[in-house]
Amino acid sequence: MFLQQLINGLTLGSVYALIALGYTMVYGILELINFAHGEIYMLGAYLGIILLGFFTAIGLTSQSLSLSIILTLILTIIFCSSYGFTIEKIAYKPLRRSPRLSPLISAIGVSIFLQNYVMLTQGATDKVFSSIFGNAGFDFLSTRITYLQLAIILVSAVIMLLLHAFILKTKTGKAMRAVAQDKTMASLLGINIDTVISATFIIGSGLAAIAGVMVAMYYGLVNYYIGYTAGIKAFTAAVLGGIGSVPGAMLGGVILGLAESLGASYILREYIEYKDAFAFIILITILLAKPEGLLGKTSEEKI
Amino acid sequence: MSLLEVKALSKHFGGIRAIEEITFNTRSGIILSIIGPNGAGKTTLFNCLTGFLRPTKGSVVFSEKEISYLSADKINLLGISRTFQNIRLFKEMTVIENVMVAQHSKIRSGFLSAVIRSSNFKEEERIAKERSFEYLELLGIEAYAEKISGSLPYGAQRKLEIARALATEATLILLDEPTAGMNPQETDEMMARIKNLRELGKTIILIEHDMKVVMGISDRIIVLDHGVKIAEGVPYDIKNNPMVIEAYLGRETH
Repeated sequence: MFLQQLINGLTLGSVYALIALGYTMVYGILELINFAHGEIYMLGAYLGIILLGFFTAIGLTSQSLSLSIILTLILTIIFCSSYGFTIEKIAYKPLRRSPRLSPLISAIGVSIFLQNYVMLTQGATDKVFSSIFGNAGFDFLSTRITYLQLAIILVSAVIMLLLHAFILKTKTGKAMRAVAQDKTMASLLGINIDTVISATFIIGSGLAAIAGVMVAMYYGLVNYYIGYTAGIKAFTAAVLGGIGSVPGAMLGGVILGLAESLGASYILREYIEYKDAFAFIILITILLAKPEGLLGKTSEEKI
Repeated sequence: MSLLEVKALSKHFGGIRAIEEITFNTRSGIILSIIGPNGAGKTTLFNCLTGFLRPTKGSVVFSEKEISYLSADKINLLGISRTFQNIRLFKEMTVIENVMVAQHSKIRSGFLSAVIRSSNFKEEERIAKERSFEYLELLGIEAYAEKISGSLPYGAQRKLEIARALATEATLILLDEPTAGMNPQETDEMMARIKNLRELGKTIILIEHDMKVVMGISDRIIVLDHGVKIAEGVPYDIKNNPMVIEAYLGRETH
């Protein structure tokens, strides 16, 4: 039971963490809460289901399951990254010098637009995808662990390690950290701010796309408002870990996922509908004790 | 041949004329100082030269290229770099990383080669790190390389800012009060380092309040007052120019 919930929580938490990274990276650079980010994840889940369905229809999944999953991931990442890139150019870049509230409203607008656009084109009902993975897995200490769960946890872990190394080691990563700390100074050192901001949106959206595809495979079900709930949860995870902090978003996501699944089965039990409220109780408790989040830094006001 | 030609450069903020019709040239390999009382427009001039602010009127030609309408990163790539009066380091990054960021535009390898850690990427990283280290050595702060830059003593932070400006491989370096807040001994050391940069072929434009520093190291001096240029010449002439004395000490009352 405990192990089962632990695995469930880790799976869920990995997905939250992947989405949370997009929130935290954009906030770190633009101090903007990109409310449209959950919708990017939703688009990724839709495209994931559509592509997997397509590959099943043409018989690719039965021939090579791994190839069809890899193709789905690559295409979805390209698709969602283009969305992220374009949204920044259309909805945020023209407002970069406006008061901070304006891009925030713009983000909410983009979010509503994308939800309705998907609802109109894909319908308002759930899209179901009969899972090609079934319940395949293995038993460990009388706990059922599916290969899919294991894959989600491992893929997320590897991607997060890669991202961490990318930010620490590469020139684009260094440029991102420099831009996050002082945009003007970075541009005076020859860094093109627009390129760095675009890179941030492309990477964040790519991570959300991966999360979307994995959730689509995991639950085999999408609808046009999953981006809202997942977005709020992932945003909570980002705040929990300390918004702007990349390791914080990873930690926050995992904590939130674990808290939800363990809390639901041990504390809430028959009141399981309160599962979502539980996540926010955790958030409020931690923020009361540590307002900057677990790994966040106390920000000093710039003069 | 002039490295930098500034012609009738003006910057207005609403009705305030921060700098007005400033014209000067500088050739390569010299130290040019800009002096003047507080509010004379020295830092505004720097801001206009580096793309930090867009000039209201006038032209700036650097290496025979008009740069007054370019963005800060483009101007930097052409070869102008600067430091700030109030130090602006990336405080949460290490000393060597601060310098490596400035090398950013000089490293070619992209996202893919970085992710797969190709030998090309490793090689370029190594070269960037080595070069950055050389800049730290040039300023004498290589011992701090792996420290977080915000934790450095004040004087070392100033030197790091200069090392970082040099690491963009700029030929023209603008230094905004590099000796501010330093004791006489540190000031002397900084002067020697700045002179050393001139020996390396860099062109320096310096904003400085300390007259001993200015008179000691400048090849030429420009004096600003209330946004306009009131004098230009070698240190000896400036020292004896009645208009300069008046700007600093005020008019004699009769």
